[in-house]
Amino acid sequence: MTTPKIDLHPKPGDRVAKTTCYMCACRCGIDVHLKKDAGGTERVAYIEGNRDHPVNRGVLCAKGSAGIMQHLSPARLRAPLKRTGPRGSGQFEEIGWDEALQMVTDRLGPLRKTAPEKLAFFTGRDQSQSFTSFWAQAYGTPNYAAHGGFCSVNMAAAGIYTMGGAFWEFGQPDWERTELFMIFGVAEDHDSNPIKMGLGRLKARGVKVIGVNPVRTGYNAVADEWVGITPGTDGLFILSLIHCLLRAGKIDLDYLARFTNAPVLVNEDPKSPEHGLLLTDDNGRALVMDRATGKPAAFDAKGVRPDLAGKLRRAGLTHRSVFHHIADRYLDRAYAPEVVGPSCGIAPERIEAIAAELAHAAFDKSFELDRAWTDFRGETHQSMRARPVSFHAMRGISAHSNGFQTARALHLLQILLGSVEAPGGFRFKPPYPKPATAHPKPHSGVTPGQPLDGPHLGFVQGPDDLCLKEDGSPARIDKAFTWENPMSAHGMMHMVISNAHAGDPYPIDTLFLYMANMAWNSSMSTGRVMEMLTDTDENGDYVIPNIIYSDAYSSEMVAYADLVLPDTTYLERHDCISLLDRPICEADAAADAIRWPVVEPDRDVRGFQSVLVDLGARLGLPGFVNDDGSAKYQDYADYMVNHERRPGVGPLAGWRVGEKGLTHGRGTPNAGQIDAYVANGGFWMEHVPENAQYFKPWNMAYQEWAVDIGLFDKATPYLFSLWSEPLRRFQLAAEGHGHRQPPDHLRARIKTTLDPLPIWYPPLEDGHADPVEYPIHALTQRPAAMYHSWGSQNAWLRQIHGHNPMYLPTELWEKHNFQEGDWARVTSQHGEITVPVAQQAALNRHTIWTWNAIGKRRGAWALDDDAPEAKKGFLLNHLIHELLPPKGDGLRWSNSDPVTGQAAWFDLRVKVEKVPAPKQSYPDTGRQGSPVGRGPHRVAQQVKP
Amino acid sequence: MTALPETTERKLGLVIDLDTCVGCHACVTACKGWNTQNYGAPLGDDDAYGAAPSGAFLNRIHSFEVQPDEGAAQTVHFPKSCLHCDDAPCVTVCPTGASYKRVEDGIVLVNETDCIGCGLCAWACPYGAREMDPIEGVMKKCTLCVDRIYNEALPEEDRVPACVRTCPAGARHFGDLADPDSDVSQLVAARGGMDLMPEQETKPVNKYLPPRPRDEIDVLAPFLERVDEGPKGFLGWLDRALERL
Amino acid sequence: MHPAPSLIFFSTLSGLGLGLLAFLGLGLAPTEGLTGLIFFALAFALTGAGLLSSTLHLGHPERALKAFTQWRTSWLSREAWVAVAALSVMGLYALLAMPGLRLAPLGWLGALLCLGTVGSTAMIYAQLKTVPRWHQPTTPLLFLGYAITAGALLSGRVSWTVVLLIVMAALQVLAWRRGDAALAKSGTTTGTATGLGGRGRVRLFEPPHTGGNYLTREMVFRVGRKHRVTLRTLVLILAFALPALLLLLPFSHWLAAIAVVSHVVGMLAQRWLFFAEAEHAVGLYYGQSAA
Ligand SMILES: Nc1nc2c(c(=O)[nH]1)N[C@H]1C(S)=C(S)[C@@H](COP(=O)(O)OP(=O)(O)OC[C@H]3O[C@@H](n4cnc5c(=O)[nH]c(N)nc54)[C@H](O)[C@@H]3O)O[C@H]1N2
Ligand SMILES: Nc1nc2c(c(=O)[nH]1)N[C@H]1C(S)=C(S)[C@@H](COP(=O)(O)OP(=O)(O)OC[C@H]3O[C@@H](n4cnc5c(=O)[nH]c(N)nc54)[C@H](O)[C@@H]3O)O[C@H]1N2
Ligand code: SF4
Ligand code: SF4
Ligand code: SF4
Ligand code: SF4
Ligand code: SF4
Ligand SMILES: [Mo]
Repeated sequence: MTTPKIDLHPKPGDRVAKTTCYMCACRCGIDVHLKKDAGGTERVAYIEGNRDHPVNRGVLCAKGSAGIMQHLSPARLRAPLKRTGPRGSGQFEEIGWDEALQMVTDRLGPLRKTAPEKLAFFTGRDQSQSFTSFWAQAYGTPNYAAHGGFCSVNMAAAGIYTMGGAFWEFGQPDWERTELFMIFGVAEDHDSNPIKMGLGRLKARGVKVIGVNPVRTGYNAVADEWVGITPGTDGLFILSLIHCLLRAGKIDLDYLARFTNAPVLVNEDPKSPEHGLLLTDDNGRALVMDRATGKPAAFDAKGVRPDLAGKLRRAGLTHRSVFHHIADRYLDRAYAPEVVGPSCGIAPERIEAIAAELAHAAFDKSFELDRAWTDFRGETHQSMRARPVSFHAMRGISAHSNGFQTARALHLLQILLGSVEAPGGFRFKPPYPKPATAHPKPHSGVTPGQPLDGPHLGFVQGPDDLCLKEDGSPARIDKAFTWENPMSAHGMMHMVISNAHAGDPYPIDTLFLYMANMAWNSSMSTGRVMEMLTDTDENGDYVIPNIIYSDAYSSEMVAYADLVLPDTTYLERHDCISLLDRPICEADAAADAIRWPVVEPDRDVRGFQSVLVDLGARLGLPGFVNDDGSAKYQDYADYMVNHERRPGVGPLAGWRVGEKGLTHGRGTPNAGQIDAYVANGGFWMEHVPENAQYFKPWNMAYQEWAVDIGLFDKATPYLFSLWSEPLRRFQLAAEGHGHRQPPDHLRARIKTTLDPLPIWYPPLEDGHADPVEYPIHALTQRPAAMYHSWGSQNAWLRQIHGHNPMYLPTELWEKHNFQEGDWARVTSQHGEITVPVAQQAALNRHTIWTWNAIGKRRGAWALDDDAPEAKKGFLLNHLIHELLPPKGDGLRWSNSDPVTGQAAWFDLRVKVEKVPAPKQSYPDTGRQGSPVGRGPHRVAQQVKP
Repeated sequence: MTALPETTERKLGLVIDLDTCVGCHACVTACKGWNTQNYGAPLGDDDAYGAAPSGAFLNRIHSFEVQPDEGAAQTVHFPKSCLHCDDAPCVTVCPTGASYKRVEDGIVLVNETDCIGCGLCAWACPYGAREMDPIEGVMKKCTLCVDRIYNEALPEEDRVPACVRTCPAGARHFGDLADPDSDVSQLVAARGGMDLMPEQETKPVNKYLPPRPRDEIDVLAPFLERVDEGPKGFLGWLDRALERL
Repeated sequence: MHPAPSLIFFSTLSGLGLGLLAFLGLGLAPTEGLTGLIFFALAFALTGAGLLSSTLHLGHPERALKAFTQWRTSWLSREAWVAVAALSVMGLYALLAMPGLRLAPLGWLGALLCLGTVGSTAMIYAQLKTVPRWHQPTTPLLFLGYAITAGALLSGRVSWTVVLLIVMAALQVLAWRRGDAALAKSGTTTGTATGLGGRGRVRLFEPPHTGGNYLTREMVFRVGRKHRVTLRTLVLILAFALPALLLLLPFSHWLAAIAVVSHVVGMLAQRWLFFAEAEHAVGLYYGQSAA
């Protein structure tokens, strides 16, 4: 028998270009294989993971490998578009860049001189927020933010306020050393590949994984134990775990005493304007009782041994440590498993058992890592004590209106176990740890013709830092940093369109959006948002006068813009994944990365960041022009190399020029920097020294290293804030203290929800929607193989998720006698949708869910009108409103977390009825014209020489 | 050619860990990407942007639910590609000899230039591992990345199937299952690797590692003894504990 | 399995044609002169149309010759050889027989080859373990039986036909009954398909892709229970009961013609069911359950 001859050695391409994936925000390194086609043009032939890259070490997810089809998508925009039909119609004419940029300059130039706040500039999930915010600040509008406010600000803010860093993509479990991993409410997260790789490593070591999620798919499917919790009750469950651990004394007293504010004394004088704040010495340093001397002392004094049980009698009053308050609160029977179990849908014995497992992992499996280190008090520890239990959480917790406090509760749990930054626990990635106090505060000071008085976003420390005008009205169009949501650290993008439409707190002129599908899946109550974008006043003018949008593809939002600035694909432009922003660091290393044009665009499109650089120069914005008014940067690549945020610190940390030649971290700009990145695979990485890799907030070796490479300018060790003073300051105001006072209708809510210690309260929608009429929780999940709305233009990915059934738990399925192929009407207080259903047994019995953002508007994304995405696919967003239903108090409460303003996507309550199968899913949002035509019928993607 | 070799020198194949697969479909598109550019005709997609898109894929991820007699239902993500069977019925039915099993490594391949696209081999495969290309009209199937695993144009570490190289969770393993000392054979032995549809007597080379038991409580974790009832008792304990620090 | 028209027509027409050819070969139908020409023409036309229709099923019909290479292992390849042999032998036989030179042994050989072709076709299906409903001795028996019945019917052997129709009806009912139990008896279930059967009840939660694919179109076809009963009744009436009844009436060409038409229509329905009812093991990966 002879074997046919086959080519066993095909070359994947003629050349490899190493850059960074952008099929999602995980930012994996990719090897792009380029091959010359018959005409001699280099084309993208194959994309695989870069093995040397710190994020993905060679692996890629489904989207990453399918990037080639995204890059070649028929939905790519081809030239700037000027609207010719009514908004929403998708009728445009293609225009040249000169005309497009002139249109923008003509509008925004005069606006800047008169009312810069009338420009609202909001961006989606790009990774150039340090750049876009710099531009907006130079322009002078206070109305800038990225998407974090509706995404996961609860997670970010709770983490940073509590421990100076968050889960999200800012930290990671110590995958190599942990002995138990517990994951709450995560489908994909931004760290898509690292989490999967981490789970794989745990599985290889046989380490137990506990998944807490109403739905058992993805990570929860591989979890050894699944806790199918009732949505919105995680906080209660976590506080019950804390109750069990405290009751058993299974907490890390030494860690709590040294590294947290548990021993710090709380002012307990009810008459004091500082009631509930922490006692400080004359220099403002928090006071603890020193076990060595029995006397009060500054927490960081040399040799001090903070007493967890500290009490101080002063002027007839006893001030007690934070830890006393913790014990008082969480030992209460209200948190006993048998009390909370039924609300959470978890058997009380199970809560006890999980608490026992946590304790077992943290304490019985503890070990010493043989690395000496010195803490901020100057004390040297001969080894690093492990607490090998780790946690991760994401939007399942944060996208609820009690998400901030729930995330705080989870951090409290981690900290009580002594596991944060301990070997085997949760570890920060540089530039974290960084306490809230080291972040900027928000600024909203507008002077026409001038830059804003400081960065837009930041971390307030109390009422004084709110963004309010003289008259107490909101300074920002999204009403971020107001009494309704004082700690809205990422802004509130989800409120922009409705506030702009209502002219509340003031009307705007131009809505400038970048990379956010706000007319579709990014908005709550999508149909209404479409109406607001197209609504006209008595003169027939649009209520939101001018909409400029940058997208790379023919999305739903494109149809609602007056002017569209077409971006390139991710393989055709420069991008900067910077330490100033959301870098690609690992717990053991600082790292940043670039994207660079590995192929040239074949259309009249420009990288949006370069367009902003150009606009900055045309508008004469400071930072974008030289003294003589000429453009400071040629394009974004030029900015990446030559911009300096602080002396010696620029967008990219690798290959800068130091005193003795090339250096990393701090240094002057290097003209060859981008070439150096390209040669190094598109990224730069510098390892954290071994003795600095754990206990980073208190580890002087880390602090000094971080200053060295320019993460911050001076060492800033700090204590974890179990007791959060900023929260308490707002409570104090609500109690009547201080000159800035909340409106009366908000006092009670602030008093309850802005508690300085983690609490749980039911999701706010529960108080508005009748739980009897709307008994079911409705959720969405990210599919691993799709990125929001963009995946559907990808010929490969859309076959995996071409439509999205609503999954119903077996009990509900049987109760309504559903059969395969049936449809249901799902109704909330705000609206109804009619959608296909499917059954799932491994699902919380009060919960239904669907994959996120699969539904598409007819005509978008170069798809056929009868594409399944448009006919059977649907958005849950139609059922969700940015305001809660009226409850008869004459007020409309926002559907957000009262602390941060985080959109409460997952608070939604619905009812379900069986209906006869319609021809398509409802509501029908109509059809938009396609400025790019339709995709080809057949595709066989192969580059042939 | 359609006669099966008596034995093959090696039995290259995949070991797929159902305990670890998170169902991310990464292996699906990595496979599509590599095999669209390489071995044989590109994997086509029909009605690619239309109402009923349908393309050829060599590897697909199904998801199953298992309802045990007691306890919560479990979800198992289930990747499936050709299992490179020892007794491959797809080979013997082929009228043209286009389908064959390689003597040297046991890989089952389709020689596309000989294939008439009759589809019989796909009928003969119990696993649904063969798909007709909608554009080229030839039978496509997993090649075990035969053009990667020996490929001297690739760095040595990359000479593994595209799906294995990309799997973020590390749920896919590649190796010689004829060699009892290979990593894959040892995994199979340690984890009770199993055959799919053994009653079909195809003797698959690929093995599946079953999910580990789910929802079991760690019996080693001791029950949490209470230090003392109530906050008062607790503070007493705290004092004692702090003394010991 | 997908009831592809090309395959239904192929197996029905070639069965009819080859059955008639076999009768011609055995000298059980008139082979001489104009009558002979008409019979041979009909038989070759039916067979030819059937075989042609089968090539419509191919992705690359231009490579069809390659299908002759694997006769040692492949029933499809054997079918090709036997069909060519049958047509050649019968062609030669016809050329000689029509003018009056009927070589009986050549005819017997031809008849054997014709039935061999039908048998090979049947074995293509019967060999497939993946389709338990087909993987039965009844499959070749049915195919051969239908071909012989058709031969008898078309060649006007009335009493043979009536007997054959009764026997075949019984065989058909037996085949359905066995077929209905076949998947369950095969032992292949979603549990064995996934290896998860020991852990509990296994059901498909999500298919790999939301749309259809080659496998689902080709192999995962569902016939409703109601349709199945109706169609089976129709087969019994049209293919067997009605022709038998018509043939039992005093002979008339018209009645015979109607009997033929009825039988052919019944046969088409039977073949549609043959494919449509057949459960392929791969269906278990796509949410079908083993009864
Ligand atoms: N593949 C892919 N990756 C992505 C994205 C994408 O679109 N596709 N999007 C990116 C973006 S922008 C973001 S913000 C992140 C989001 O990353 P995730 O937070 O992982 O995203 P979600 O899909 O919103 O996941 C929420 C999870 O929480 C669960 N859940 C809902 N309510 C509750 C609850 O009350 N308690 C618990 N315990 N769980 C609950 C849901 O079932 C779901 O599994 O993902 C990023 N990564
Ligand atoms: N029901 C429900 N709704 C949700 C959520 C949920 O969990 N449930 N999650 C919310 C969250 S966390 C988020 S982050 C949002 C995400 O929602 P969006 O921010 O709307 O995300 P996308 O759909 O990805 O839209 C981004 C836009 O960027 C465009 N784009 C893609 N690549 C490029 C590029 O290279 N350049 C430019 N200029 N544009 C590009 C895309 O074409 C698309 O139009 O959805 C929110 N909506
Ligand atoms: S997770 Fe996937 S899509 Fe996201 S960057 Fe990495 S490979 Fe690309
Ligand atoms: S890549 Fe790995 S984890 Fe993802 S579906 Fe494939 S086998 Fe499963
Ligand atoms: S899995 Fe199917 S295609 Fe692969 S060798 Fe076995 S029978 Fe053939
Ligand atoms: S489709 Fe091709 S490989 Fe399959 S049996 Fe027919 S000729 Fe052989
Ligand atoms: S081995 Fe290669 S051809 Fe087979 S499934 Fe994996 S990637 Fe696809
Ligand atoms: Mo997000």
